[in-house]
Amino acid sequence: MVTPLSASPRPLPAGGDWPQLQRVRGVGPGFFCDTLNMSPTQWDFPVELCCRPMAFVTLTGLDVVYNAVHRAVWDAFCANRRADRVPISFKVLPGDHEYPKCRPKRTSYEWYIPKGILKTGWMNKHLNLVPALVVVFYELDWDEPQWKEKQSECATRVEIVRQSLQGRNTKVAVVLIQKKTPLPPGEDVIASERAAALCNACELSGKSLFVLPHTDHLVGYIIRLENAFYEHAQTYYYTEIRRVKSHKEFLNKTTHQLLFVRHQFKIAFFSELKQDTQNALKCLWIDDVWANRYLIVGICRLCFQHNTPLDAIAQFRKHIDLCKKKIGSAELSFEHAAWMSKQFQAFGDLFDEAIKLGLTAIQTQNPGFYYQQAAYYAQERKQLAKTLCNHDASVMYPNPDPLETQTGVLDFYGQRSWRQGILSFDLSDPEKEKVGILAVQLKERNVVHSEMIITLLSNAVAQFKKYKCPRMKSHLMVQMGEEYYYAKDYTKALKLLDYVMCDYRSEGWWTLLTSILTTALKCSYLMAQLKDYITYSLELLGRASTLKDDQKSRIEKNLINVLMNESPDPEPDCDILAVKTAQKLWADRVSLAGSNVFTIGVQDFVPFVQCKAKFHAPSFHVDVPVQFDIYLKADCPHPIRFSKLCVSFNNQEYNQFCIIEEATKASEVLENLTQGKMCLVPGKTRKLLFKFVAKTEDVGKKIEITSVDLVLGNETGRCVVLNWQGGGGDAASSQEALQAARSFKRRPKLPDNEVHWDSIIIQASTMIISRIPNISVHLRHEPPALTNEMYCLVVTVQSYEKTQIRDMKLTAGLKPGQDANLTQKTHVTLHGTELCDESYPALLTDIPAGDLNPGEQLEKTLYVRCGTVGSRMFLVYVSYLINTTVEEKEIVCKCHKKTHPKGVVLQTGESASECFCLRCPSVGNVEGGVATGHYIVSWKRTSAMENIPVISTVITLPHVIVENIPLHVNADLPSFGRVRESLPVKYHLQNKTNLVQDVEISVEPSDAFMFSGLKQIRLRVLPGTKQEMLYNFYPLMAGYQQLPSLNINLLRFPNFTNQLLRRFIPTSIFVKPQGRLVDDTSIAAA
Amino acid sequence: MAVCIAVIAKENYPLYIRSTPTENELKFHYMVHTSLDVVDEKISAMGKALVDQRELYLGLLYPTEDYKVYGYVTNSKVKFVMVVDSSNTALRDNEIRSVSAGDWRTTPGWWMFRKLHNSYTDVMCNPFYNPGDRIQSRAFDNMVMSMMIQVC
Repeated sequence: MVTPLSASPRPLPAGGDWPQLQRVRGVGPGFFCDTLNMSPTQWDFPVELCCRPMAFVTLTGLDVVYNAVHRAVWDAFCANRRADRVPISFKVLPGDHEYPKCRPKRTSYEWYIPKGILKTGWMNKHLNLVPALVVVFYELDWDEPQWKEKQSECATRVEIVRQSLQGRNTKVAVVLIQKKTPLPPGEDVIASERAAALCNACELSGKSLFVLPHTDHLVGYIIRLENAFYEHAQTYYYTEIRRVKSHKEFLNKTTHQLLFVRHQFKIAFFSELKQDTQNALKCLWIDDVWANRYLIVGICRLCFQHNTPLDAIAQFRKHIDLCKKKIGSAELSFEHAAWMSKQFQAFGDLFDEAIKLGLTAIQTQNPGFYYQQAAYYAQERKQLAKTLCNHDASVMYPNPDPLETQTGVLDFYGQRSWRQGILSFDLSDPEKEKVGILAVQLKERNVVHSEMIITLLSNAVAQFKKYKCPRMKSHLMVQMGEEYYYAKDYTKALKLLDYVMCDYRSEGWWTLLTSILTTALKCSYLMAQLKDYITYSLELLGRASTLKDDQKSRIEKNLINVLMNESPDPEPDCDILAVKTAQKLWADRVSLAGSNVFTIGVQDFVPFVQCKAKFHAPSFHVDVPVQFDIYLKADCPHPIRFSKLCVSFNNQEYNQFCIIEEATKASEVLENLTQGKMCLVPGKTRKLLFKFVAKTEDVGKKIEITSVDLVLGNETGRCVVLNWQGGGGDAASSQEALQAARSFKRRPKLPDNEVHWDSIIIQASTMIISRIPNISVHLRHEPPALTNEMYCLVVTVQSYEKTQIRDMKLTAGLKPGQDANLTQKTHVTLHGTELCDESYPALLTDIPAGDLNPGEQLEKTLYVRCGTVGSRMFLVYVSYLINTTVEEKEIVCKCHKKTHPKGVVLQTGESASECFCLRCPSVGNVEGGVATGHYIVSWKRTSAMENIPVISTVITLPHVIVENIPLHVNADLPSFGRVRESLPVKYHLQNKTNLVQDVEISVEPSDAFMFSGLKQIRLRVLPGTKQEMLYNFYPLMAGYQQLPSLNINLLRFPNFTNQLLRRFIPTSIFVKPQGRLVDDTSIAAA
Repeated sequence: MAVCIAVIAKENYPLYIRSTPTENELKFHYMVHTSLDVVDEKISAMGKALVDQRELYLGLLYPTEDYKVYGYVTNSKVKFVMVVDSSNTALRDNEIRSVSAGDWRTTPGWWMFRKLHNSYTDVMCNPFYNPGDRIQSRAFDNMVMSMMIQVC
């Protein structure tokens, strides 16, 4: 297309995308983009396109205001129109309502040149004005007495409706509202006759006459009725489609391209009214050309409706790729951006709508992307409008308004109002064109772009939040913040930017953080927000900032100015008017002398001063001063002076000792920068040593640095307190410490008392431990200790202190934490003269031992009684008070010393034995055996003192089992046998009872022996006599062999078993192999 | 031709990021940063499967109007992100489709990432490089520059 004001023809898109349209005079690719000023909401899509169209049916003859029955009928049509009801939109109209007139039919299109694609009112007309069906409601019962009159009145009403439709194909139906429930069809003869007569009178087919009995089941009847209406409506839309199709045959393909589009669109629209969405889609998809900006919305909506979101997306992409290149008139290129933005937004809305109806979206394909893109185009529109619409204030809006049309609305979609109905671009009136463009540009200038952009961005944010895209969300919020900044809503801008800053900080994206901070700094400058201004400056000067040094210098200078109670210089690229306002605000701030101390916690950001605290040791003795270093490093380009440094501890009493302060005047901040310890030189690590004496109450406690405060500026002017929690460190330092710990890099050597920052490890706490005692504790005793003995332990304490030891106390006894039973069975006492019992404790605590002069020695004797055998740990603990001086301060130290004599083992040394003979009266079998009594030993150590009591140790002797044995059997046999050498065995049987014993003896054969002797015999042993049995065993195998077993059976004593017998006689013997001769050849050979 | 190439640490901070000097650097930083949403999601969706695999081509992360963003993650969770001009014909949609068909090793996108990975491995092998530090290597620079110029 050749734009009216540019001389060069626009290049055509590659490929043959628009071949047919080129032939239509004046309609080029730019045509569809050339849309303007259609209504106040000029970039919106027609609402008709964005909603689902429904068949339009009008109801006449219903008096819904005064007639209760009619009201109920109407309500039944309107109420509960859920998805399961047929898609009809109903409207109640009077019977004589005038419907839009039907244009006279064109018999030939030969001379007809269309003025546009589609009239703006067309869709509305078919959705809301021209019904598919007009229903005439009439109250008439079949047994109506005045039937004739009523019938003709009804016919008249139908006639009136027909007339008002004026030749349209709209269907007409009659519904008779009756009081009585009708009889089943065929039974009521009068009814059928009268129905036929009525149809005849009204010129209706039987299918268009309905009866609505006003009974209980109204809703049911209504649903049946509306289903019937729906059928009629579909027939109507079908005939409409046929009608439009029939027009197509008259068209000339070269001159009537626009009409093709129009007809195709109309067919699609009627198809959709008919709820034939597949066909509608088919009609819209015939050619890409058809996918003009309006149609695409319809297409995508239908795709979503058919649950084919990928088709919708693909179709949309295709359309966008096509549209993207067709910018149209260069002077009005912002319109193109506006259109693009609108398309993306509409698509996003449709997508979102589809999701609400059950479609599932994914992270990489969600409506957010479309809103984001819409916002992008809106931003582009803003940029273009800024350059194209920067007319001088004196340029007046043209009069008469070229954007005004006679009717107030455009006749056709997508046309310039000053070019209504003109399709040629032959610059019929360049002046008119120029004025028109100016009007559009001036209108665009008044558009609040930022608002639109922010709305779109916040839509996108909501979507991305839903689809797990936190970073995308942050990015969009940054854009929102920036847009608020452009819109001069600095409060909102700052709120958004501040909110997302930490995300970028925590992930270490310093470039992005710096960019956000820069905008935030501008906002805080423009609002003269002191604290924010200082905070952002601190971070922009820090090591996380990627600003160039000149920028940092500028910011540092501003920061120093602010601290000196002066106004900073404006930030670059700020709006001039806003800067003027800001300068006033800053001036006001200066004059207001009030609370100007700003405490800023640094743990959540990366300020330009770093701090690390380090105790010299993990613990300190209480008589030694506690020492620690505070390391500071500045990352700003110029040296900076601080006015105060204070350290806070968990015990706040120490705070007062750890303050460095220099009374400086505000003006001195810049002077003497390189001197003095209050000055931080960029890149150099400054070490500040602190020491204090710990309180004796803190012995055994942890001293922790809770915070470090560094004061920049002066408390009388303005000052910033940088507050580090704990021993320093900010948002970035933990990662840095980790990297430093991993690094094997060798650091260059530094001059003395300088350290590498990375090598300093924060140590923010230390333990206070008691003074090292200057005494010796010795323990004298003679292990092992014996059970129940009053075991003697002598403790000797020798003082090496230079001053007197006071209030010495001794704790001695069983070391706690051992087996609980030991505590029960161990007792300690200071008095050895009496045996201690259960009431004595296992540990004696705080035995007063009095004072001790330097060099003196003290002895204490303890007695321990242990009730059980086993190893025990004992503990002797001496504590005392002593006065000592630390750093010219006198403190009272409590010292203590522990000693553990190890492993007191109770054991016996030599052994002595004693023999007793016991005779047991014959008592028969006693359960559990017979007790043999106690053995009591009374004893005392030879080394023990006179007054130590004698200990009695009672030993309980074991129980023995006593058994009655009627026959004593013992065997005489050698200690071993030898293979194939005779082994004589003699068994002795002795009767120790007063009875004659009948004995049965047998010997079982064994594989290992042959034997001679009595194999089985029965004999009698007289009281007190002995019987001998001799056997000659002949071993056959070597090794430990089972002897042929001797079985004895006593007839008088059935209890005498072989088990008992085996306890007296051996059952096996070791048989040696056959001996060899000395001169055996095998030995010689070996 | 790539317009921006970035290496992202396991902890998601940039180890290296370079874009065509002719365009707004910040824009690409944001683009790479937002693409990590998709990378995170893809990695967590894969879960254990990732551990078994030695390296992973994540394919197209998300398309914008003008650019396509591709991703790749190593077994040590270091991510490579490449932004390609949408108009670039070398990495067209059909190749992305072949990725989903499983034949992704043959796509130029994968080979570009392979090259990048090899070069990154060389950086890691440098005894003077401390893993986790920003990459400052001339060899790596040259490799990235060659990928940004060359039409692959």
